[in-house]
Amino acid sequence: MQASEVKENIGDDKPKVDALVVDGFRKVKPIDLSVTTQSISPKKVNRKTLSTGIVKYSGEWDKETTIHLLRRTLFGAKKSEMDYYSGLTFDQAIASVLSESESPNAPVNDYNSSSEGIEDPDIAFGESWIEAPYGFDYEGQRVGSLKFWLIKNMISQQSNITEKLVLFWHNLLVTESWGVFVGKASYQYFDVLRKHAFGNFKTLIKEITVDPAVLYYLNGASNVKESPDENYARELQELFCIGKGENSKYTESDVQAAARVLTGWGVDWQGVLDAGVITPVFRPWAHDTSDKQFSSFYGNRIIVGKTGEEGGSEVDELLDMIFENNEVALYICRRLYNFFVYNEIDQATEANVIIPLANIFRSNNYEIRPVLEALLSSEHFYDIENRGVLLKNPADHLIGVWRILGMQYDDPDDLYMVAKTHASILWSMAGMGMEIADPPSVAGWPAYYQAPQFDKSWITTDTITARALRVDSMLFWGFWVTEDLQINADLIAFISQLSTPELPKEMLEEASFLLLGTPLSLEAIERLKDILLSGQQSDYYWTAAWYSHTNDPSNEEYKLVVESRLKITFQSMLQLGEFQLM
Amino acid sequence: MDRRKFLRHAGHSLAIPGLMSSFGFSMQGRKSLENFLRLASDSNRVLILIYLQGGNDGLNTVIPMDQVSVLNKVRPHVVLPDDKILGLDDAQVGLHPSLPGFKSLYEEGRLGIVQNVGYPEQNYSHFRSTDIWMSGSDSNQLVNSGWPGRLLSQEYPQYPDEYPNTEMPDPLAIEIGYGSSLLFQGPTASMSMVLNNADSFYNLVDNVEEEAPDTVAGDKLKFVRLVARQSQLYGEVVTAAAKKVNTHASYPENNVLGAQLKIVSKLIAGGLKTPVYMVRIGGFDTHDAQVVAGDHTKGEHAELLKKVNDAVMAFMQDAELQGIDDRVIGMTFSEFGRRIVSNASLGTDHGSAAPLFVFGNEVTGGVLGNNPTIDSNSTFEHNLEMQYDFRQVNASIIEQWFGVSTADTTNVMLNEFETLPIIGKPEVISGLNPLKTETEANIYPNPLVGITSIDFYSNGEPLEVSLMDLQGKKVAQIYSGQTKHGKQQIIWDASHLIAGRYLIVFRNQKSHYSKLVVKY
Repeated sequence: MQASEVKENIGDDKPKVDALVVDGFRKVKPIDLSVTTQSISPKKVNRKTLSTGIVKYSGEWDKETTIHLLRRTLFGAKKSEMDYYSGLTFDQAIASVLSESESPNAPVNDYNSSSEGIEDPDIAFGESWIEAPYGFDYEGQRVGSLKFWLIKNMISQQSNITEKLVLFWHNLLVTESWGVFVGKASYQYFDVLRKHAFGNFKTLIKEITVDPAVLYYLNGASNVKESPDENYARELQELFCIGKGENSKYTESDVQAAARVLTGWGVDWQGVLDAGVITPVFRPWAHDTSDKQFSSFYGNRIIVGKTGEEGGSEVDELLDMIFENNEVALYICRRLYNFFVYNEIDQATEANVIIPLANIFRSNNYEIRPVLEALLSSEHFYDIENRGVLLKNPADHLIGVWRILGMQYDDPDDLYMVAKTHASILWSMAGMGMEIADPPSVAGWPAYYQAPQFDKSWITTDTITARALRVDSMLFWGFWVTEDLQINADLIAFISQLSTPELPKEMLEEASFLLLGTPLSLEAIERLKDILLSGQQSDYYWTAAWYSHTNDPSNEEYKLVVESRLKITFQSMLQLGEFQLM
Repeated sequence: MDRRKFLRHAGHSLAIPGLMSSFGFSMQGRKSLENFLRLASDSNRVLILIYLQGGNDGLNTVIPMDQVSVLNKVRPHVVLPDDKILGLDDAQVGLHPSLPGFKSLYEEGRLGIVQNVGYPEQNYSHFRSTDIWMSGSDSNQLVNSGWPGRLLSQEYPQYPDEYPNTEMPDPLAIEIGYGSSLLFQGPTASMSMVLNNADSFYNLVDNVEEEAPDTVAGDKLKFVRLVARQSQLYGEVVTAAAKKVNTHASYPENNVLGAQLKIVSKLIAGGLKTPVYMVRIGGFDTHDAQVVAGDHTKGEHAELLKKVNDAVMAFMQDAELQGIDDRVIGMTFSEFGRRIVSNASLGTDHGSAAPLFVFGNEVTGGVLGNNPTIDSNSTFEHNLEMQYDFRQVNASIIEQWFGVSTADTTNVMLNEFETLPIIGKPEVISGLNPLKTETEANIYPNPLVGITSIDFYSNGEPLEVSLMDLQGKKVAQIYSGQTKHGKQQIIWDASHLIAGRYLIVFRNQKSHYSKLVVKY
């Protein structure tokens, strides 16, 4: 797993990003967002102190609250989703958002290509590789295949929070797939995240602690009694469970003690090489059997050293101890809040939202669903001051617009090209600073932890250009998949589903609401209308053009007249700053 | 590309006559042609397209004076009173009373009127006809790029990937108005920088933040806008150019076109190499209330034309003040003219062919084309016949103003169009073949002192010999008239000439030849 500077890459990924190559496979060097290219930052405005808490929201359940809920829990809100949710009561809507998607089909060999000389000897085209023997020269193809599959899961998401929760957990409990470089291990890791996305956090952490990808990525696999490796033990506390809050007072010796508890856990390397799933193994010979003393932060607890296979149960005692600490619930609730509501937590929010949520979390024995339900139903979540205050991450931006505009595969039955399409989305997002399955570090994406920039770190002069170019390409010359395939948004189909596509003002209001999630000012709508009407004064000309087209859809001329105006109008709409907010 | 065409257009563009002399008539390879084009673009020539949105009423803009009585009969609701029409010397047309500035430009030889411009099989839809004008397509052809977009894409094929660069640090095109227009769509990229309106331009230049609510959402919005502005590739060059120009002629108040042209003037004078601009003014779709009942010289159309007149005049004065007047031309266009027969609601419906204006120091000037003949029994079914295809005008400007070869112009315009004399003074004749080349002209003495002998070989055709400076400006006419076949001599006094390098240019109907001379 050496990085080398070889000019080869997976797919014909167009986006120009600096490529670091791992074993012949392209690794997109994450943009170092801590060094942002913008030089000035406008004076920061703090959110005013909000008195709202987790009391259930009792205000109006209207299209603005609906779209707020959907944009925060899905990747963009499609017209059909808005329609569906508008027909639900508030309680039904929350239940629906919190319903769980069924597991997607496992990723398959969608990379074999005789023309590119790629022929995985173990797995036939179209067959799943998740239990294949190690792929050697083809392992990189499988890692790519996994990443493209993750993109697929997002763009074909069901209308609930599942995929976003998977992303949340991935950002919190990080592994990097290029670093692990075993496709099936990373698949198993994502499967764990998905399986427990709504479930029990403690169970999730237990599985993550002994997950082969995590064991490899955070050096658990080389944590042996002779030379304990503290990496996982540290992140378990600092990043996964306890955090660095004000009252987080675990010590260096707690890190060392936890590392010793975890000695002996490792990866079944034969399982990596052989067919089948990879299992964690506990190797008693590598386990430190002495007692482990923890600090007063953990009540001066001693975990008594055990020998033989028994040593493997010390991890449960360790997690019991950690989860007895109040900080766990507080930390996770803060992280959920940062991801789903707002980046910063002031005293009022801590008191009115975080502490009550943490109480719910603890009293429900670390079940995640009740916390999500309380948060998403809360008056605080719908507080007007919390709407439109997050800058979209690249997934919200690109996958959101992809879904809302109803972008289609060129040929949904062509597995290979479908994967190429996902690849192009992945690399495009990488160019915007978010390469799914490979966060820049174990801390996740800086937007979710790096004060004071937070989500502003997504927006640099480079990334805003990349965002604009990708959207422009969808509207004009086609979203780039390969030299021979570019995919265009079908704007006519998009506006056809709106209530009154023939009326310029109403159409633009509805379309911009879906795409921007907020009503535009009359002035802004008028500007867009000016473009749609090519500067003509009378709305009638649009209406006539629209009806000419819909009465005779096969007439290319009528179609082009409508389409060319929609393109420049939507280009202008999606260049509005509001489009970057959610 | 054959040599004949090369020479013809090289001569015509007047961009760099110096090159003619150094190249002589030797065969030019592709490489030197490219050099030539490069140099032509280095001449910093600018075209400003003024889009009159809605379909301008041509018959009330440029009035065919010999048709006035028929016009009174067929369009009584809008026709202009005879005595208010601004007559033009030596022309069979008059101008709307709102266009006194255009009249003065005409008299100075700085306004060209091309009559009856349109395209075959007129489409009467605003949208479709606008697209046809902007794309330069046939009426029944669907093209989703614009003709200036294709021109720029041909001249700058690597755009936008390798731009801006040191050779072309500036936007290829700038358009003012919300959204990018079809005009500047190239085959694979949009070639223009869009300034939404005059305000957004000054916001850019003055670094003014747009309004945003005083909330967290507003704060983030401002942040996005700030970064977006910083990411605007051309923001800095445009701002720097604008800041260089602090004095300007006065522009009319409350004139949307004037405000746009003022920006254009600033940017050209500020040193941008941007070759094409588009500005626009809407409201020409005058189905009703085109005129006021009691006084047809008033009403919406009169107000719009006054805005165009005042804006263009202010711009021309400003251009002169800025010293950019010799390298800028402007052209108006509109998706169609209006119907011959008027509406009782004091307006006119969508029509077909209409006149357009080309203005600037270097335009040919005068009226091109004939007055339409209007049937006194015209009904709502009748429309003006087209005499010139708008693409002839475009092709002429591309060749004559930007010095692009016929072959390349044909690529840009998607077809070969016969060019019209749009640029250059009328005595400059198009359609040149080389003179007989056995003998070069001999000019003695050179460097010039006073009395000069110009010896050459004529093929017997009428000939014009003129003196041009290296900017392509005609300085003097040396001879014009019939010549005999064989060796000829012209004796000419050069003593009045100020020091500098010049070209003596020989032209007959088919050919063109020039010789570099120096006066100390």
